[in-house]
Amino acid sequence: MKVRPSLLVETGARTMVPTLLVVSAFLLVVGHDSPGGGFVGGLLAGGALLVVFLSGGRAAVTSMLPVPAGAILGAGIMTAVATAIGGLVFGRALLDAGKLEIDAGWFGSWSVGSALLFDVGVFLVVVGLVSTVLLQLGDPEEREE
Amino acid sequence: MTTVVSLLVAVPLVAVGLALVLPSLALRRAVSMAASLASLVLSVIVLVSVDGGDAISVAVGGWTAPIGIQLVADRFAGLMLAVSSTALFGVLAYAVGQRDTDDAFPAFHATYHALAAGVALAFLTGDLFTLFVAFEIMLTASYVLITHRSEAAQVRSTMTYVVVGLVASGLFLIGIGLAYAATGTVNLIEMADRLGDVDSGTRAGIGWLFFMVFGIKAAIFPLFFWLPDSYPTAVTPVTAIFAGLLTKVGVYAIVRTQTLLFPSDGPSTFILIIAGLTMVIGVLGAIAQGDIKRILSFHIISQIGYMIMGLGFFTVAGLAAAIVFIVHQVIVKTVMFLVGGLVETSSGTGRLRDVSGVLHRYPVIAVLFLPAALSLAGLPPFSGFVGKLALVQAGFSAGQWIVVGVSLFASILTLFSMTKIWAGAFWGSPTTNLTRRPGRAMVAATGGLVAVSLFIAFAGQPLLEVATRAAQDLLTGGAVTIGGS
Amino acid sequence: MSVVLAVTAGALVAAGTYLLLQRLLTRIVIGLGLIAHGANLVLLGSGGPPAAPPVIDGSGAPISDPLPQALVLTAIVITFGVTAFLLALAYRSYLLTSSDGVEDDVEDRRIAGFAGGGST
Repeated sequence: MKVRPSLLVETGARTMVPTLLVVSAFLLVVGHDSPGGGFVGGLLAGGALLVVFLSGGRAAVTSMLPVPAGAILGAGIMTAVATAIGGLVFGRALLDAGKLEIDAGWFGSWSVGSALLFDVGVFLVVVGLVSTVLLQLGDPEEREE
Repeated sequence: MTTVVSLLVAVPLVAVGLALVLPSLALRRAVSMAASLASLVLSVIVLVSVDGGDAISVAVGGWTAPIGIQLVADRFAGLMLAVSSTALFGVLAYAVGQRDTDDAFPAFHATYHALAAGVALAFLTGDLFTLFVAFEIMLTASYVLITHRSEAAQVRSTMTYVVVGLVASGLFLIGIGLAYAATGTVNLIEMADRLGDVDSGTRAGIGWLFFMVFGIKAAIFPLFFWLPDSYPTAVTPVTAIFAGLLTKVGVYAIVRTQTLLFPSDGPSTFILIIAGLTMVIGVLGAIAQGDIKRILSFHIISQIGYMIMGLGFFTVAGLAAAIVFIVHQVIVKTVMFLVGGLVETSSGTGRLRDVSGVLHRYPVIAVLFLPAALSLAGLPPFSGFVGKLALVQAGFSAGQWIVVGVSLFASILTLFSMTKIWAGAFWGSPTTNLTRRPGRAMVAATGGLVAVSLFIAFAGQPLLEVATRAAQDLLTGGAVTIGGS
Repeated sequence: MSVVLAVTAGALVAAGTYLLLQRLLTRIVIGLGLIAHGANLVLLGSGGPPAAPPVIDGSGAPISDPLPQALVLTAIVITFGVTAFLLALAYRSYLLTSSDGVEDDVEDRRIAGFAGGGST
């Protein structure tokens, strides 16, 4: 039978999960020039998933993920490898990085490196891995029934 | 050409991603086979290109070595890539033909291609730390493959495999740390330059540490204990590809580091002693066993001894012979395990006591077994003969009579042990458990690899010439310069 | 490499080796973790004496070698993944055999069977 988690955990999760996800996205985006990056952001998003798991169990995690955990992992690997091959497509070396300068007038200007795309891949791999671990290893009693 | 070399690592990784994303088994199989075939074609292109011209060097990320990571494809790496992707493709075809391998294990194709990516990276890498990463990719994939179906009886053996692999990885890291402290670089070519100035005792210490680390992976004499227990516990395709490839990647790393970083002027008595002991102890272990896969597992160890012997001569002829022998072993060892798997599929057991008369019931299995077994024992006109003859000749010209004598003795015992399988499983009256005809695809995949091994024998002379050029590259420091292409 | 780092790395590897030789899987896993930490310390120590962060800011101060730090980071990530896998495996071994111990070698058991002959 399933034990209902404490009220504190459930209520806490409601505020924590969105915050954690926003911060993890922030870390992912700034990662190229500042502390952060795909791995750290992915781990933080994985932490958010862990909170969801603690408050709602396996079902909550499954319903939160849009696609199966393995597919997130695969999509991440493909994004990262596609970025790596991207260098070849533009006649440069494997894993070579490019940069895109965006000038949006009033909104300021950004420079977006292809390293960001690679980081997105890493982010997805880590999230996929953490959710696979949660779904496979967490709460084995529930799985066996 | 640098693009092709880069793709050799990238294609298996794309296959990993696709195999995880695709929902249906049929699609996964199609993508997996296509990627494996593409790797095979690419590696043959690389081999032809590097044999005709210079070695190819890729500066990853546009950063030239020694700052960036360098991928290097020379003749030795090209040969190893071509033969390993052949074996990977053959075994994948067998696994798809067997049906229940990837049916019962949804992530089989993804893990298999992760293994392939690790193997390709290990052959191509030009720096020590990337070699470590490549080993980890390959080994982690192998941990998953070997353990995914282990039951209570086997979980201990597979645990040994994982733990031994991790200890070796830890030692490898320590070795990299020491080598970096001594030379200030992890690029293999630059390290080879700088190791000349390092104190000879320090150099020898680092050299033997690496020899031990790769020796664990390659299962040489005192470090082989983990292999015969763990390999037979996996499903047939997994055991076959482990037997054909993983230990040979260890041998490749030994050859690469010993020739490039720690070259020796004359024959190394220590390596030759290890080689002799590995051959004899491995084959004696094989004779004592009564299960086809366990017999073959001990033979892996025994055959590693021959490769190490070729290295131990430290002559062009010896290294060339060792390379030819590795090429032959990758294919033949894989075939032997696949045939063992066919026997198990048809009878439900691999114990020689419980099965006999396969020859009369399913002659096709016997037809596949015979050339592979005779090749393993080194009889003409099969592929093992080419390698062993070259090894013996190299040993004679290096004046190492004793170890050559030991190797011939081990060959006779190998033949005896093959006879034991033949007499036990193939001759005699068919046992009642021979009820399941092996699938056509499995037989075809095995047959294809047997044909490759016959082709190796047929093309023995050109292969030996390529291997001799590869060995010259290895002993003269190679045609590759730091960051050059 | 500083003496403190060297001694610590040696102690970690020694303790890891001791734990590795135990019968219980959980101890083996912890032992492997200690050996990996020891190896990481060796890598870290191989970068030479500590110095300013490896950022070129024009001050000309000596900076520490960034490569070993990158290597250690990679090694830590790999070790993290493999240790998680090993723990899962140990857990599965526990589920299957309902004990945390490691049995004897298959070959050892076979030979012990020959020698024992029912006496022990």
